[in-house]
Amino acid sequence: MSIIEKNLTELCDAVQKRELKSEAITKAFLDQSTRLNPKLNAYITMNEKALEQARDVDKKIASGAKVGRLAGVPIAIKDMLCTKGIKTTAGSKILHNFIPQYSAAVVEKLEGAGAITIGKTNQDEFAMGSSTETSHYGICRNPWSTDYVPGGSSGGSAAAVSARMAPMAIGTDTGGSVRQPANFCGIVGVKPTYGRVSRYGIVAYASSLDQAGPMGHTVQDCATIMEVISGKDVRDTTSAQEAVPEWSKNLTDNLKGLKIGLPKEYFAEGVSDDVRKVVKNAIDIAKAAGAEIVDVSLPLTHLGVAVYYLVATCEASSNLARYDGVRFGYRSDFEKSPAVDVDDFYSRNRGEGFGSEVKRRIMLGTYALSSGYYDAYYKKACQVRRLLRQNFLDAFKKCDVLLSPASTTPAFKIGERIESPIEMYLNDIYTTSTNLAGLPGMSVPGGFSKDKLPIGVQIMAAHFQEQKMLNVGYAIEKSLNLTREVPNVVR
Amino acid sequence: MSYGNWEPVIGLEIHAQLMTDSKMFAPESAAYGGADNEYTSPISLGMPGALPSINHRAVEFSIRIGLALNCRINPHSVFARKNYFYPDLPKGYQISQFDQPLCEKGFLDVFIDGKAKRIGITRAHMEEDAGKSTHHGDYSLINLNRAGVPLLEIVSEPDIASAQEAAEYARSVRNILRYLEVCDGNLEEGSMRCDCNVSVRKKGDTKLGTRTEIKNVNSFRFVEKAIDYEIQRQIASIESGERIVQETRLYDSTKNRTFTMRSKEEAHDYRYFPDPDLLPLVFDSSWTDQIRAKLPELPREKATRFQTQYGLPEYDALVLTQERGVSEYFEAVAKICGNAKAASNWVMVELMRELKETDKSIEAQPIKSNQLGDLILLIDKGTISGKIAKSVFAEMWASGGNPADIIKAKGLVQISDTGALEKIIADVIAASPGQVAEYRSGKEKLFGFFVGQVMKASKGQANPDLVNQILKEKLKGS
Repeated sequence: MSIIEKNLTELCDAVQKRELKSEAITKAFLDQSTRLNPKLNAYITMNEKALEQARDVDKKIASGAKVGRLAGVPIAIKDMLCTKGIKTTAGSKILHNFIPQYSAAVVEKLEGAGAITIGKTNQDEFAMGSSTETSHYGICRNPWSTDYVPGGSSGGSAAAVSARMAPMAIGTDTGGSVRQPANFCGIVGVKPTYGRVSRYGIVAYASSLDQAGPMGHTVQDCATIMEVISGKDVRDTTSAQEAVPEWSKNLTDNLKGLKIGLPKEYFAEGVSDDVRKVVKNAIDIAKAAGAEIVDVSLPLTHLGVAVYYLVATCEASSNLARYDGVRFGYRSDFEKSPAVDVDDFYSRNRGEGFGSEVKRRIMLGTYALSSGYYDAYYKKACQVRRLLRQNFLDAFKKCDVLLSPASTTPAFKIGERIESPIEMYLNDIYTTSTNLAGLPGMSVPGGFSKDKLPIGVQIMAAHFQEQKMLNVGYAIEKSLNLTREVPNVVR
Repeated sequence: MSYGNWEPVIGLEIHAQLMTDSKMFAPESAAYGGADNEYTSPISLGMPGALPSINHRAVEFSIRIGLALNCRINPHSVFARKNYFYPDLPKGYQISQFDQPLCEKGFLDVFIDGKAKRIGITRAHMEEDAGKSTHHGDYSLINLNRAGVPLLEIVSEPDIASAQEAAEYARSVRNILRYLEVCDGNLEEGSMRCDCNVSVRKKGDTKLGTRTEIKNVNSFRFVEKAIDYEIQRQIASIESGERIVQETRLYDSTKNRTFTMRSKEEAHDYRYFPDPDLLPLVFDSSWTDQIRAKLPELPREKATRFQTQYGLPEYDALVLTQERGVSEYFEAVAKICGNAKAASNWVMVELMRELKETDKSIEAQPIKSNQLGDLILLIDKGTISGKIAKSVFAEMWASGGNPADIIKAKGLVQISDTGALEKIIADVIAASPGQVAEYRSGKEKLFGFFVGQVMKASKGQANPDLVNQILKEKLKGS
């Protein structure tokens, strides 16, 4: 088996056992990236020091020094996460020249465990999108079929892992942005419970929803990364005190005693036959592994997308106010044509720096927070959000985890939905509620469509109950044995 | 000040900069000064991904103030974002508190001509300061050292009925802030800022008139003058048939007038909403109790104690307790000399005059409390006269020396030797036969002349009581 076909756990073992050098591993993934990035556009920026850092790890290992559990293994980082000394754009022109002086807490922890940041992955601008078509740095393509989107907003991370341009990637999930691209690209993507992972240093889209998570080939790989990046951070007051379990060690495919709820609203009209078939199969696997299947209801599901697009845009309208061209980032050419006044200065910097989807969401959020509309929109959305959360809590009285499609269809074609925002937004129907309720969720590969496009299965759990969810994913993964499937483009 | 048939309605918003070591939501220094943009971090620079975390000490300071202003302290309060664009506001929003502030529903009694007036406090909420812009022709510079410095905004009820009351209220708040050692209360340097909301209505009306807001008035005297000007302006406008426009105005102290800064039409819609980066500020009310137990004696309580304990008149007690440092200095002096009234006089008159003239604080001036106490003891023992004492005091101020040393070095010990005094007096009488004759013929006012001559001849060192006694005897004639 070639280096790039190994998963994260195998690569970590090989380094620890001195079977492989970090330099060789890093070079293999860099070569693959060099070969495929022109086709897929999964990366915005590569870490020019990756090889040098890999050699440093090798030297450390050769000297007998103690190294972290991820020592020498390259990991791709979504461009929403600040990386010290490496350009961080959030997929936007407005940050085209932004080089942070600090790394996100997640990146610090990964690098602290010895991981090598290989590059920064493509994404929808400020994570606003479900297809990675709104990136200022060009659209990203699905490795399984390059006419299709990889999903979004963490499409670059999903494509990079799927095409073996990295063994693991970090994404961020605000309304499904880890789970949906994992689903579209045939990999595992986990969104932890809100508060599990520090948001410090992650470009904020919607602060009360954003959560970073791993995107990899196996449940085991993702569980390992979760253990590294989770935990309280005093710099993020919304991060949780909760102890971090050893998920990767505790994984089991024995689901005896576990109750899996099927929310009937997630199997409504609009779910494609391919998706139905895959999810049905996953349910059968879970049953065979000992789980009990129960029907549950989340009656407010139909309001999830509406609530999400109010809460997220309101927070975003404020979070993105700092991009004004005063202290960093894109600034219009005022030498050529001087600003008339300070408003003109702002308008030009922001008008030229932001793309149209970002502008749309800033305007939506600004409107919904405005005097006279606040009660009808933002406040009402927050009230419904609490009820949605209660829906889930009620459901979890009847079951341990929920299982559902991750989206109604497999990946769609590039350009197919970009002109129709509503249709694009509805793509998030099965993922946004999890963020609104702060719950953990994941997508695990469940099979393929007739057209050989990957289809994932979504699993959700109660707050901080990631283990149960991971076990269900693990059982499905073991039974299906799809983790070695690679898109044709890889070979 | 009387306003005829008109009644002013005034409310004050006071911003107090809290003297914490670090900023409200960021770890760097909150000190005044520093090189341009020295005290900054990704958080106060509003860099992508930087998150705020709450300064525990700033909350404690705010609770202290809230308690001293008799507020209810809410164990659950919420930070909200106030959104507006300005180049010295790095995040494009200010973190403040909106509908759920930390402190609510307090009051403060202020004293006008000896009479107490209760001013309601609507709320006191925490927020962060903005940076500072300076404008230079076709460009502007921004210094973000101040961005993120913690503030407590204290909002009064519109209970204030005159410019004088407003200034007195502001002074009382300042005194309390200084007692609590949470804010240095310096209006000139901006560590305390005062916005005044002013409207007028006909006496007896229950409906409020349209108000204007005067921003950032930088001294207590100007608070009074600006409000007075604004009241007169509003009355004159209404009387000449105009309508008051709701607007923000600025005060120009050189011209003593207020002028329009922006009207309500240009006012911002701040789009307040709870800051999703910060969980609600929740604490156990036992923390409030602990803070309450450690509150110092406040100015008003101390003044009452000075009246009963030292028998001081109310005026003296109020003056001496305005500044915590002065009150403590006075008590130290009084303890040493055992003469509270004399201590009060020396501190209030001589010392405070020097402080005012030299613009020194009580902590930074040269005379130690034990030295002033000793000086009063020397007067009371008759070693020097009160008059000599004033020159000794001047020397103490100049050199920081001990009174006994100064008296010794300059030979200022009072002459209480009857024989020596009789000789001086005899000489004075002999040298002024005309005045003696006039005095003896009934012009008793001339007694002062003889005292003066004796003091002059003794270089001020004659014991005045003995001089009076001997002179009276000698001038009676044979």
